[in-house]
Amino acid sequence: MILLWYILIPAVAAPVAWLLGRQNPVLARWTALLGTAAPLALVAGQWIANADALRAPFAPAGPGPAGLVAGSWIADVKAEWIDSLGISFFLAADGLTLIMLLLTFALGLLAVLASWRGITERVGVFHLMVLWTVAGLAGVFLSLDLFLFYFFFEMMLIPMYFLIAVWGHERRVYSAIKFFIFTQVSGLLMLIAIVALVFIHGRATGVYTFDFTQLLGTRMGSTTAMLLMLGFFAAFAVKLPAWPLHTWLPDAHTDAPTAGSVLLAGVLIKIGAYGMIRFMVPLFPDAARDFRVWALILGVVGIIYGAIMAYAQTDMKRLVAYTSVSHMGFVLLGIFAWNTLALQGVILQLVCHALSTGALFILVGGLQDRIHTRDMDKMGGLWQVAPRMGGTAMFFAMASLGLPGLGNFVAEFLILVGVWQVSPWAAVLGAVGLVFATVYALWMMQRAFQGEETHGLSFVDLTKREIGMFAGMIAALVLLGFWPQPLITTARQTVEGVQVMTSGSTLNRGPDLGGTGDPAEATQAAGAAAAPNGETVAADGGAP
Amino acid sequence: MKAGDLLTISPLIALTLTAVVVMLMAAFWRSHALALGITLGGLAATFGTLFVAASRTERIVTPLVSMDAYTLFFIGLLTVAAAIVALLSWSYLQQLRVRPEEYYVLLLIATLGGATLVAGAHFASFFLGLEILSVSLYALIVYAVHREDAVEAAVKYLVLAGATSAFLIFGMALVYAESGTMSAGGVGKLIAGLGGGDVVVTIGIVMLLVGVGFKLAVVPFHMWTPDVYEGAPAPVTAYVATVSKGAVFALLLRFMLPVSSDQGSTIFLALTAVAIASMVAGNLLALRQDNVKRILAYSSIAHLGYLLVAFLASGERAGVAVGFYLVAYFATTLAAFGVVTVLSPEDRDADRIDDYRGLGARRPWLAAIFAVALFSLAGMPLTMGFIGKFVIVAAG
Repeated sequence: MILLWYILIPAVAAPVAWLLGRQNPVLARWTALLGTAAPLALVAGQWIANADALRAPFAPAGPGPAGLVAGSWIADVKAEWIDSLGISFFLAADGLTLIMLLLTFALGLLAVLASWRGITERVGVFHLMVLWTVAGLAGVFLSLDLFLFYFFFEMMLIPMYFLIAVWGHERRVYSAIKFFIFTQVSGLLMLIAIVALVFIHGRATGVYTFDFTQLLGTRMGSTTAMLLMLGFFAAFAVKLPAWPLHTWLPDAHTDAPTAGSVLLAGVLIKIGAYGMIRFMVPLFPDAARDFRVWALILGVVGIIYGAIMAYAQTDMKRLVAYTSVSHMGFVLLGIFAWNTLALQGVILQLVCHALSTGALFILVGGLQDRIHTRDMDKMGGLWQVAPRMGGTAMFFAMASLGLPGLGNFVAEFLILVGVWQVSPWAAVLGAVGLVFATVYALWMMQRAFQGEETHGLSFVDLTKREIGMFAGMIAALVLLGFWPQPLITTARQTVEGVQVMTSGSTLNRGPDLGGTGDPAEATQAAGAAAAPNGETVAADGGAP
Repeated sequence: MKAGDLLTISPLIALTLTAVVVMLMAAFWRSHALALGITLGGLAATFGTLFVAASRTERIVTPLVSMDAYTLFFIGLLTVAAAIVALLSWSYLQQLRVRPEEYYVLLLIATLGGATLVAGAHFASFFLGLEILSVSLYALIVYAVHREDAVEAAVKYLVLAGATSAFLIFGMALVYAESGTMSAGGVGKLIAGLGGGDVVVTIGIVMLLVGVGFKLAVVPFHMWTPDVYEGAPAPVTAYVATVSKGAVFALLLRFMLPVSSDQGSTIFLALTAVAIASMVAGNLLALRQDNVKRILAYSSIAHLGYLLVAFLASGERAGVAVGFYLVAYFATTLAAFGVVTVLSPEDRDADRIDDYRGLGARRPWLAAIFAVALFSLAGMPLTMGFIGKFVIVAAG
């Protein structure tokens, strides 16, 4: 039942914030704060309460595909909805879901905090949109019924569109419409794929259902499977975003208000990765294997293209937006490598990228509020004017480029090691992308914060509120950099579970893993192949 | 006809009586409020008589009328839609400064025509209902008599509707000449057994479809729609967009049900082409408009395309998908045109984009309703429009 609260609390807080905002904007802000902090506390509580359950190795909960999916659950809610179409209201949470929910509510909270002083017009409606987005995001991560998943997937578009179009910056209407059309059209392709899958399953078994646990393992011809997988891939590739479907992202991120950018970059993009891990690859493992080469190419191109485009920007926010494209290229590589190390790296990258890029967007937004420009040509030497801001920016720039000691390094390293086992050249080119990341991060720091202060700018340094936000994110990134094990343990059952789900296919076959379908053996092998400095261990230690 | 049959057709009788009462009342004592009150009361009574008719076992009254569950559902839908339009017209007519009572008479007679169409199981009731509906609409469209575009719209509609009535009658004559039957069941069997062989009957059916296609405003019979929608008073536009089309579509379903099961026939292919053209042309042409009523007109053309798809794709289960989508379409269209009506100032309708700028700040609830209606037209999840479109995709 608690799963229902994750969606209901922000969903109910949204109209309350609107109505209270008409009386007094401060009330709206506090309502939004509570509306995101309360579910965050609940998720943290559920995480701690289930820590032991999550630590256990993966074991199917029952026979057949349904048991495989249920094997990693810690909670679920199921109710009938539109029975005549086979649609049920089916929510379930496992380790990955908990991580994603933590991210959603944490970034929602940060978005509200970042907009505390920045948004002064129609505050109530603004927070209505933010909370509505958060509720939709929670629904996406919790749904196991494909119709419900699509429902929440599309439902988030409306408030996001309004956030960008009403409170955004110069080209906000264009960017909002572009974002909407890209995501909507790709979502429709996914809907067609979902409906086709349901009908194929229905014709084969006589049961028409949108329930993922029952749709898993549907038999179909390889061409059909490839087409359906591409339908799903279209939606998730636009969301991720994968080159060349990424063109909405720089515009949307640049023209969105700070809260919008934080939610977009921090959580919305992660839905692409989540959907691939949870739905797309388990449903169509053979098609994913056949598509692997192309996905790896797209990933590598995304990494390098994103990095080069980031380097070329003069608009600071657009630079950060392109870094998102680059980092998500790593995620795409990791997902299609589909082995334990890569998947662990992907999940860690989702968390760390959200934190570091979210922080960068909050920083740029704060800077824009102060000097009313994002153009780096008009900046320079800002470290002397605002040393705290400079230091914080340096930290998150380092995180973005993957400095060892911070979470992003661990994540990208894991992904590259995992990808190496599948395709060495992709790993090599990805590593080259790491070098480019260093270039754009340092370039940004150099142009904005270092050097001579020649424009006569003078403004207030970071306020206590901002320091508080950044302190939390800095602590999290450092923690994840030195001690990522808890996160990896939380996601363990999911990572093992999805590999078991696809064990019937040769997708799992990296050079060392053998794809025998035995998770313990797979993780043992992966543990043996891990870096000798013990950076991470796949299972809780091959040794007792 | 037995005495009990009067109970079976009591919805139709109720509508007629209400229209007569309002007309007589207007002859003796002019009062807008009373006219609206009697209209709403009569429509509510009609809705009540639906349950009376539902309790009857003998549902076929003369070969012309068949009050089965399908009919009763659609008459209920039309009645509710007419009541909503009547309510919307109240303040609109107040500021129009014309005599309002006859408006309600015409509205009721048009609804009667629509109900006859829905209940019709025979060419005679088909034509009767269609003409009652059309003639009332001629007068309703021109109701804002001092506006030029209203007169233009009404004349356009009159000429085109008259021409298509001619097509209809001739088509009916051809079908009757070849088959000797005028009933829906008989015509249905005829279409099922057609196979493209009998030229005369095929031409007859095609001419029938031309007439129906005009009324439904599907491509390529859609050219009147934007002009008439733009010129007619906003509540009348709402009525034309919903009741008029809905009634004709319900009739199409009854007569043409065998077509949807016979997937290869010429008529099926023709209807498919019409559906695709309507969806594509309706949506694309809407993009070029800047008049809100014209955008909604093109949108309704596209929606009829979707409805045709629902009809063609579902075979025997067409009734469910079509019924659901029609209800969604009615609700959405009434909401959208309702907002246009409410926003209309005295001398014209609120059909420019400028009239809507900043609506969220001026009138937030109205803006929210309009936003939801537009999202539903677009088929966004969270709205009924999405479920409707989803049912169609699933049926296809």
